[in-house]
Amino acid sequence: MSVRFHIMRSQLGWTIAAVLASVVLMALWLFPLLWALSTALRPEHETVSAVFHWLPQTWTLDAFTKTLSAGNVPRWLFNSALVAFLVTVVTMAISLMAAYAFSQLRFRGRSLLFGLAMLAFLLPFEALLVPLFRTMHQLGMINSYAGLVLPQVVSPVVIYVFKQFFDAIPADFREAAVMDGANPLRVLWSVYLPISGNIVWAMAIVTFIGAWNNFLWPFIIVTSNDMMTIPLGLTQTYDAFGVRYAQLMAAALLGALPVALAYVVFQRRVTQGFLAASGLKG
Amino acid sequence: METTTLTPAAAQAHTTGRAEGRRQAIPAALLLAPFAAAFLLFFLVPALHTFYMSLTESSLTRTSAFVGLANYATLVQDPSFWSSLWNTFYFALLTVIPLTAIGLLMALLVNRFVRFQSWLQGAFFLPYVLPISVMTLIADWMLQPSSGVINHLVGGQNAWLSDVHWALPAVAIGTVWWTVGFNMLMLLAGLRNIPGELYEAAALDGASGFTLFRAITWPALRPVVGTALLIQLIASLKVFGQTYILTSGGPYNTSRVTLHYMYETAFTQSDAGYAAAVAMAFMFVVIALSLLARMVARRAA
Repeated sequence: MSVRFHIMRSQLGWTIAAVLASVVLMALWLFPLLWALSTALRPEHETVSAVFHWLPQTWTLDAFTKTLSAGNVPRWLFNSALVAFLVTVVTMAISLMAAYAFSQLRFRGRSLLFGLAMLAFLLPFEALLVPLFRTMHQLGMINSYAGLVLPQVVSPVVIYVFKQFFDAIPADFREAAVMDGANPLRVLWSVYLPISGNIVWAMAIVTFIGAWNNFLWPFIIVTSNDMMTIPLGLTQTYDAFGVRYAQLMAAALLGALPVALAYVVFQRRVTQGFLAASGLKG
Repeated sequence: METTTLTPAAAQAHTTGRAEGRRQAIPAALLLAPFAAAFLLFFLVPALHTFYMSLTESSLTRTSAFVGLANYATLVQDPSFWSSLWNTFYFALLTVIPLTAIGLLMALLVNRFVRFQSWLQGAFFLPYVLPISVMTLIADWMLQPSSGVINHLVGGQNAWLSDVHWALPAVAIGTVWWTVGFNMLMLLAGLRNIPGELYEAAALDGASGFTLFRAITWPALRPVVGTALLIQLIASLKVFGQTYILTSGGPYNTSRVTLHYMYETAFTQSDAGYAAAVAMAFMFVVIALSLLARMVARRAA
């Protein structure tokens, strides 16, 4: 402690530079969001006014109320919430089951299957869009929630993270339950899940944020305005509002709010989840 | 991964492994079935299908004729494909190093001012959790020619996003703002893994400030920086949404990236066979670079 203190004292110049850098970077990184807020809180005519003002001359929530009533924003928010929720629940369920089997059960072809699943790391999802669209077309899932959700539930990262976690749990943990005659699903549910709470939450939050923000897949699979999620819908707002920047910024902030809140509330878990998920990608 | 310490029970399980293997095959199959079904339907089959389609003449919804390597023959002589690949690499060039360097600076700052950690880290990471279109809407407004705040600051009425020289760099700057938080997080984790004793020992030897960074921090962090660079490279090659939304690939296709070209070929021209060939080429580039990345990372470690 005293050593660190000494270093800081003797390095006043560096400390000042670091403080300056922190302040400048923080200002730069917060500015776009604050500027969007400042824009969204003014009447529309002020956004095209010839005289520039940093702050609204008249403060008003008009843009927010108009955005919520005129466009399809509430509907898109609902779609995003539903799709992200379903993707998260399904991904967690199938990944936990698969990871448990890969980690704790012995069966032929285990490493081969696991290797195959991890292949999905290597192949970019983006390159599969064309046949995937065709498959969905054949299944009649264009413009449907099933079509939006299902291709997003294949998540090798999540399986990998869970498998690693399960691998680290001592085997006698399971043996005890197996001796009692419990079936694997029961062991997973009542023995493994309770001690995996943190990592499951972390991965669930990360999956939710990922699904909420997914742009590419909804962009491919959805053509009807009513089925759009918020990231996709927000790109259509020029059609809905015209070039009305106060309303566009209000829409952007409304789209940002749920994930921003989720991040602020679960900051530690989000951090943990993203770090766990980044472990293998290198 | 497979080597867990053998507890007595596990050792016993090991010796009776074969019998157990038979007993566990059915539960394993049941547990794997839902994932396997999704994996087959939404990953493996489309992956194989992409390859097959690239050998055919196909529209978006039907395949008509097997044409062998004809699509690939067209591809290697298609200037639009090569320019889209060049644009993709140019975008990667514009983003990879700034994202890693600024991410590193941010991580060092967060690590230095621990008391303000949640504020600094929060501000730097927040944009990363936002949907892409929040970033593009704000960027578009800030870069607006007549009433955008950037033009107010630098003067003039520059139409940044339709300027041949500025379109991709402008998108790159927006991308740096949007995604740098992830790199900061990875590098911060790397910094936290450096044992504190190393610093204390070096400080006792009289090292401080930049010397300390050069002697301890940088050598310990280099593998993490390498990994961050490579993850970023692959992420940058997959660019599509930012350029599609902000510039539509313009002006004169100078910001049309490979995935955008693939999208246009498939969904606008309905030339899905050729689009699949573009996808295969893209996949080849990404996989080749991932493997190269892994090799370099292994050597560095």
